[in-house]
Amino acid sequence: MYRIKSILFGILSPDVVRSIARVRVVTSDLYDADGYPVEGGVMDPRMGVIDPGLYCRTCGGGIGECTGHFGYLELAKPVVHVLYTKTIYQLLKMTCRKCSRIMIVTEEKDEKSKKRMKKSLEKSITIPSKCPHCGADQKKITFVKPYVYYEDKKELDPIEIRERFEKIPDSDLKKVKFRGGRPEWLLITLFPIPPVTMRPSITLESGERSEDDLTHKLVDIVRINQSLKENIDIGAPDFIISDLWELVQYHISTYFDNELTGVPLARHRSGRPLKGLVQRLKAKEGRIRGNLLGKRVNFSARTVISPDPRLSINEVGVPESVAKELTIPEYVTEMNRKYIKSLFDNDLVNYVVRPDGRRIKVTPDNKKDIVANIGPGWQVERQLRDGDVTIFNRQPSLHRISIMGHYAKVMPHKTFRLNPSVCPPYNADFDGDEMNLHVMQTEEARVEAKMLMDVKNNLISPKFGGPIIGLDLDQISGIYLLTGDDVSFSREEAAQLLADASIDIELPQKERFTGKEIFSLLLPKAVNLEFRANCCKCDEKGPHECPNDGWVRIRNGEVVSGRIDTKAVGAFKGKLLVRLRRELDNETLKDLIDQYGRLGVAYLMRRGFSIGLSDLDLPEGIHKDIQKMIKKAEEDSNSLIEQYNEGTLNILPGMTKKESLEAQILNTLASAVSGVSDIVSENIKYSDIIVMFESGAKGSLINTTQMTAVVGQETVLGKRIMGGYLGRTLPHFTRNDLSPMSHGFVSRGFKEGLTPFEVFWNIMNGREGLMDKSLRTRKSGYMQRRLVNALQDLKVFEDRSVRNAYNQIVQFTAGEDGVDPTKSDWGEIRWKEYMGD
Amino acid sequence: MTGLPPKIVREIEEYAERKKLSEQKRQKIMETARELYSKSLYDAEEPVGVVAAQSLSEPATQMTMRTYHFAGTAGIQVTLGLPRLLEIFDARKEPKTPTMTIRLEKDYQDIEKVRKIAEQIREVKAKDAILSTVVDLTDLFIRCRLNFEKLEELGIPREKAHKIIKLRNVETSLEGDELVVKPKNADLKTIHKFKYSVLESHIKGIKGISQVVVTKEGDEWIITTLGSNLAKVFAIEGVDYTRTVSNNIFEIYDVLGVEAARNAIMNQSKYTIEEQGLGIDIRYIMLLADLMTVDGEIKAIGRYGISGQKASVLVRASFEETKKHLVGASVRGEKDELRGTIENIMMNQVAPIGTGAFELVGRIPELAGQKASGEKKTKKKAGTASAAKKGKTKTKSESGKKAGENKK
Repeated sequence: MYRIKSILFGILSPDVVRSIARVRVVTSDLYDADGYPVEGGVMDPRMGVIDPGLYCRTCGGGIGECTGHFGYLELAKPVVHVLYTKTIYQLLKMTCRKCSRIMIVTEEKDEKSKKRMKKSLEKSITIPSKCPHCGADQKKITFVKPYVYYEDKKELDPIEIRERFEKIPDSDLKKVKFRGGRPEWLLITLFPIPPVTMRPSITLESGERSEDDLTHKLVDIVRINQSLKENIDIGAPDFIISDLWELVQYHISTYFDNELTGVPLARHRSGRPLKGLVQRLKAKEGRIRGNLLGKRVNFSARTVISPDPRLSINEVGVPESVAKELTIPEYVTEMNRKYIKSLFDNDLVNYVVRPDGRRIKVTPDNKKDIVANIGPGWQVERQLRDGDVTIFNRQPSLHRISIMGHYAKVMPHKTFRLNPSVCPPYNADFDGDEMNLHVMQTEEARVEAKMLMDVKNNLISPKFGGPIIGLDLDQISGIYLLTGDDVSFSREEAAQLLADASIDIELPQKERFTGKEIFSLLLPKAVNLEFRANCCKCDEKGPHECPNDGWVRIRNGEVVSGRIDTKAVGAFKGKLLVRLRRELDNETLKDLIDQYGRLGVAYLMRRGFSIGLSDLDLPEGIHKDIQKMIKKAEEDSNSLIEQYNEGTLNILPGMTKKESLEAQILNTLASAVSGVSDIVSENIKYSDIIVMFESGAKGSLINTTQMTAVVGQETVLGKRIMGGYLGRTLPHFTRNDLSPMSHGFVSRGFKEGLTPFEVFWNIMNGREGLMDKSLRTRKSGYMQRRLVNALQDLKVFEDRSVRNAYNQIVQFTAGEDGVDPTKSDWGEIRWKEYMGD
Repeated sequence: MTGLPPKIVREIEEYAERKKLSEQKRQKIMETARELYSKSLYDAEEPVGVVAAQSLSEPATQMTMRTYHFAGTAGIQVTLGLPRLLEIFDARKEPKTPTMTIRLEKDYQDIEKVRKIAEQIREVKAKDAILSTVVDLTDLFIRCRLNFEKLEELGIPREKAHKIIKLRNVETSLEGDELVVKPKNADLKTIHKFKYSVLESHIKGIKGISQVVVTKEGDEWIITTLGSNLAKVFAIEGVDYTRTVSNNIFEIYDVLGVEAARNAIMNQSKYTIEEQGLGIDIRYIMLLADLMTVDGEIKAIGRYGISGQKASVLVRASFEETKKHLVGASVRGEKDELRGTIENIMMNQVAPIGTGAFELVGRIPELAGQKASGEKKTKKKAGTASAAKKGKTKTKSESGKKAGENKK
């Protein structure tokens, strides 16, 4: 295998153009009357093939074999290369008009002036008025965009510039870091015509040919150049010649770059601006970012995702229709004949590849033939089946864990199925999200997917060194309820529950089991752990008796007390998961997460889990208390406003009067809402809503308060809602009314219903959220691109130093201690926890 | 094999001390810790850069844009969230809201003394001591009514009051309670503009510090300011310059040097991310701060900083300003050595990073004796059996793993 080791950039010289070119272009005609390309035209068949079935007239290669050949056009008069106008200007300024030497002289030892010389091509520098070499007086050179140069108001044409440049000695050029070639090559004399393969014409349905933008441009160049030549030959007047010359210059310039400042855009007949060479390369959809760094691929599928808690976390449910389409190549050898035959018998082969590389589609008609002929050296492309590794991805791929390896599981219906536990790394939900699936075609890729990308090997987020995959939503509610105090099962019930969760485990010889015992069945005996669960609301930090059973104690793999919730098994927080990771290998831990997920859901199905409107009811009288509190807060705010109007308001440090008022009102209202929140949490009846937020499965007390009692202050730009009309938010209020009611305070809950004003405030707040989100994604997306580009080539070397691709050391030890956060516990090495005390 | 980091050694020693462990036991703990540590180390060829970049920017998608926030109890508004993070990474010369947190020496922990220092720091402008102004358009001068109580507070006696305006080419005099300011070369057009430069002129304190708030943090008095000027604050007596910080990274760089700037970048990014309730491993922030300061000066993340100065032409061209970089490279006759990831992806070659940094050579004993049955088969089995490594990579756990897995 050849490998490109380096790429050298330089300026194309006329000699090179002549030597690589196969065609001398002389006419601007494309096709003759019969529709065949004209020889010596811009579409000359010797410049490559674009039509299937034809062969190249130069090399004989067909489409895909022949990469095309250049042609050239002799320009009647040289033109400036627009992309180099600045370089030409700098060079003109610093070359002597008489002896063509570079006029910046440096003392050998003077580092500063040497540096100045090296930079002289990019930065403008002061030039002596007399040549230090020959003593000739210099004139002032000016450059007028886009491509005209003057010497003391007299225009310098490309011919003169060329003459001067030709005389610059190589040694002088080296000193100013001009190393890409000779400067006279910056003025084009032989214009290269690119091969047709890079500007293919498209045949429309009507049979008409539609040429590429570049071809259009080339036709213009050739045509104008031709007429310039003719006019010179007949000795036309100067002004005609200079007009035509300028026109050639214009066409060549826009051919290179059609977004030049000060140059009118070259347009297509339809009025669409043509694409120049620069436009082809540039920006997101350009050649570099669009085609070289990002590619379209085969063997991939995309569809909607939906949850299936019975799948393992490293599986993906693939629809049958997708599995039939995606294939994996298998090599036919002496040893696997039987296996290959069985693939054909089950109609699992879509294509075969013959030893000569031809691909043949397998149809019922030719199947027999193929089976008879097949032997070592052939490849068969078999359909995807259970157990194949695939790569699964959800965009935006902000993470490396946005792309992970999953084992395929072919299933009925039309969506990809995944375990809800793997939602966090993908940041996926099931409200219509789509994901992509890729099937790898080489053994190396499959091995990497299995070993590096498999979900089970990515349970820990490199971002913070904690678990990013754990139980989620109903899985947590289920486990939380299961490990509650009053849960107990008979032996049969327990067996049934475990069977529902597909957990194959021996039950101890006992007649009754508590939920905690069932949970403990799966835990390794070596686990000892104590921590505070999410449901604990006590003030005490250390071990204590929590009324909510929120202190988890695990002794020798037995849950002694405490309820298992998000703090134990949830993504991001799960302490138990972190502990288990030390005890178990990734495969076993993955199985355990699967089992707990299924156990949670199985228990939830058996118990039933649902919420209703009546769950938001508060006992008689409590509503009145809440109303009173809100009313009081509103009155307090009003008295603050009164104080403000009288000028007796307490002014907070560093704030204006108005700011102090706003801060105090916000404070008053917020503390009232949090007071209401407390009342709600004390008085609301225990329902599945409470289960959800106590266990950390979803939701919070704030959500509950907003539904049952009061929504609270709506804000826009971090402040109470202001603006709208002059001195008021809506025309229904009086001017300069600062009361909470007119500035976005919602004093009702969602269950009770909002007043029209309140709905309006709520929507304003919501709209701000939407705008903020879209702005944020754009800004942070760009930040990500910049960060990745800046850090992209840093890697850890064998000596654990971090260096860039050019061996510059950035850190002597990666992260100062050489620890990979992915292999740590929240960035730490917790040796103490191995001490067994 | 590897020495433990000092922090862990210290922890173990403290632990042994507390538990009164024998030397032998202590050694055993050290051994366990060392084993644990060596298991947690980075593998060679790990692309830390990309992982760091992703880890830093993924939480940024969750950050708020709501710019302002009150910093603690002190009522100083500072830029936070995504805009602040961008400010740090862009290496802006001046943050939108520069602020300092000034801590004082032990002898100055007295509210009166603290207030005094705070007064010394706050910039007083002429407009703070001027009650009203009249512009005389016929004789072209400005008449200001002074607040003498305020001046007294500032320690400026009545007879020196006319000296508060320290502008060039200006004559000042006191006429009763009024200060007359007469510009030497005034005309009708500029006199109003001149009035504002008089009002904005600096009287006392440190320039640019517009707000000073004194708060108590624990047992300690702290001065928080809006506006930053470390050099001048450090010179004030009583200021503990070892614990006084600014959020202006360039100022820290100028006053204290690159290492301090690196730490400032680290602390500021960490604070900004954690303030939003997001967590990220400190090592990534360190890497970024180190990269921004490797060359001894602060370089931005982006076109004008690190990305624009990369050695590879193709990397630069693929980022931004494609035309500029390609044209420049051709004039200079640059050579791209294709050593990085992006360049090799462009060439459709395996990039020398991660599993692409080495090659595997398979020795396949069970097939060695058999007749060769096609090249394809050998290729498929490559990587089986004992994997030998080629190239400059000597130790590579990945390849070891690969061999292990395939054996199964």
